[in-house]
Amino acid sequence: MTIPAVGCHLQTRGLSKSFGSKQVLHAINLSLEPGSFVAVVGRSGCGKSTLLRLLSGLDPASTGEVVINGQPLRGLNREARIMFQDGRLLPWKTVLENVGLGVRGNWRHHARELLQEVGLRDRADDWISQLSGGQRQRVALAKALITRPRLMLLDEPLGALDALTRIEMQQLIETLWLEQGFTAILVTHDVEEAVTLADRVLVLEEGRIAHDVLNDLKRPRRRDDPGFARLSGEILDTILQRGQGNAESPQHPQGSRTQRSAPARSGWNGFGAPAATGISTLSP
Amino acid sequence: MTALLPPSPKRARLLRVLLPWLVPLLLLTLWQLLAQVGVIPTRILPAPSAILQAGITLAATGELWRHLGSSAARAGTGFLIGASLGLVFGVLNGIQPKAEVLLDSSFQMLRTIPPLAMIPLVILWFGIGEQARIFLVCVGVFFPVYLNTFHGIRGIDPGLLEMGRVYGLKRREIISHVILPGAMPSILVGIRFALGIAWILLIVGEQIAADSGIGYMALNAREFMQTDVIVLSILLYALLGKLSDSLARALEGRLLPWHPHHRRAARSSSELSPAV
Ligand SMILES: Nc1ncnc2c1ncn2[C@@H]1O[C@H](COP(=O)(O)OP(=O)(O)OP(=O)(O)O)[C@@H](O)[C@H]1O
Ligand SMILES: [Mg+2]
Repeated sequence: MTIPAVGCHLQTRGLSKSFGSKQVLHAINLSLEPGSFVAVVGRSGCGKSTLLRLLSGLDPASTGEVVINGQPLRGLNREARIMFQDGRLLPWKTVLENVGLGVRGNWRHHARELLQEVGLRDRADDWISQLSGGQRQRVALAKALITRPRLMLLDEPLGALDALTRIEMQQLIETLWLEQGFTAILVTHDVEEAVTLADRVLVLEEGRIAHDVLNDLKRPRRRDDPGFARLSGEILDTILQRGQGNAESPQHPQGSRTQRSAPARSGWNGFGAPAATGISTLSP
Repeated sequence: MTALLPPSPKRARLLRVLLPWLVPLLLLTLWQLLAQVGVIPTRILPAPSAILQAGITLAATGELWRHLGSSAARAGTGFLIGASLGLVFGVLNGIQPKAEVLLDSSFQMLRTIPPLAMIPLVILWFGIGEQARIFLVCVGVFFPVYLNTFHGIRGIDPGLLEMGRVYGLKRREIISHVILPGAMPSILVGIRFALGIAWILLIVGEQIAADSGIGYMALNAREFMQTDVIVLSILLYALLGKLSDSLARALEGRLLPWHPHHRRAARSSSELSPAV
C-alpha cells in the first residue's frame, strides 16, 4: 500500500554533550545500517533521551557531530520524527488533525489510512482527552509516520502502558517498521522490549556505549523462546552488575574506544542457539 | 420531597430549570407584600410593581432604550479597545522575551493604580465627554486580559512547543495551532473578569458626568426623588452584567469544545434525557 521509504544512514562521530560542567554523553561513535532497528537501554539518567535529542537536532552537540546520509546535521533533523513518551498531542485538536499537524497539502485521506492502520479509524473526530493512554500512543505513532520519516526516534513510547497494550503496540511498531523500512532507534527501560524489536541493542552507561549486542533472533520473536530469554537475561545482568559497582566490572572505556568493533558483532543465530560470544564488553 | 421519588427525566429537567428561580421569586413576592401593606416606605424602596411600571413608562417614551443603548455602546467600545490591546500585548510579551523585558515591569507598575483613582486626571484630559468614560473602561479591561493572556501563554507545556518544532511547524503556525489555543482557557478567564470590571467602571463614569446612559438616568432620578427609577437602573446594571457573563460563557463553550470541563457539562445535561 505504501511505498517503502529508504531508511536513512546515521552516524555519530565523537558525539558529546555537557550541561554546564556535567558531561552527559562521552564521545559516542555509532554507525547504523539504513533500515535497521536499534534499541538503546540503560539506567535512568544515563543519557538516553539526551542522545535522541541530539540525533533529532533538538539540542546541539557540545562536540562531535551527527552525520545523516553522509551530511553533517545542522539544526533540526528533517529526516527524523521523534515520538515522545508522553505522546505530546494537542488537546484542542481532534485525533485526525493531530495526525496531520504540520503536513502540507492534502493530508486528510492519508491520515485516515494511517489511523486505520493503528486501529483508530472510528476515533478520527474525537478529542485527545477522550482516548486512553494506549490509544494516544497509537495516534502519536500515526502522526510520526505520516511524513514517511526515514529515521524514527522513539523515546520510551510505551513506558506508561500496561503489559498487554505494550505487547500490542510492539507488534504494531514492528509491522509498520517492516512495511515502511525506516531506520528506528528505540529508547526503552524494558530489556525484553528491546530484544523483541531490535536487531541491535546498545547498552548505555553513564553516557558511554558499554555494550553493543547484535540480536538476530528470527522474527516474529517469542518471549518463551530459549534464545530470547537468554539474551534478555544477559543484557539485564550486565546492566544490573554495572550499576552495583561490581568490582569485576572493568573501568568505563574511553570515548574513543566505544566505537563498534568486530567482536561486538557476535550474537545469536536465528534459532536461538547462543553464538560463541554473547555480550562483548567494549573495554580495554 | 420529590427528590425521594424516582423523578421522570422530563420532570427532572424541568426542575433543574425552574428551581434556581424559586428563591428570587419568593423574595420578590415578600417584597411586594411588605411594600403594599406599608412596612417598607415607598420613598425608601418602592414595590416591584412600581419599578416595573416605571420601566414600562420609560420604555414607552423611548428614554430607557436611549440610555441602555449609550451605556452598552460605551461598555462595548471600551471593552473592545481594552481587550484587544491586552490580547496583543499579552501575546507579544508571552512569545517575545525581549518585549517582556521591555514592557512587563511597566505594565505591572501601572496595574497597581486603581482606574477609579485616575478619574480626576481623566476628566482633565478628556473633559466629561465620551472619551473619558471609554478610556476608563479601556484601562480597567486591559490589565485582566493582558495578565491572563501572558500567563496563559507562559503556562503552555514546553513539550508541546518542542513537538511543534520537531513536526516542522513554522513560527506563525506554532502561534496559531499551539500557543493561542493553549492559552485560550486563560484568555477567556481574563475576558470574563474584564467584563465585570467594565460595568463597574462605567457605572461610576456615568454618574460623574454624562448626559445619557443608565448611570445618568439614576443620577437624574435622584434629583427628582424617583426611587423607582433608581432601583430600576440598579437592576438594569445587574441584568447587563449577567448578560455579558452569559455571553462570555457561551464564548467559552464555542472556543473550548475540546476542554474536558465543557464536554463534561455537555454530557451531564444529555444524561438527563432518556434517549442517551
Ligand atoms: N537540559 C538539561 N540541563 C541539565 N541537565 C540535563 C538536562 N537534560 C538532561 N540532563 C541531565 O543529563 C542526564 C541524562 O539525562 P537523560 O534525560 O538523557 O536521561 P535518560 O537516560 O533519558 O533517563 P530516563 O531513563 O530517566 O529518561 C541526567 O543526569 C540529567 O539530569
Ligand atoms: Mg529519558
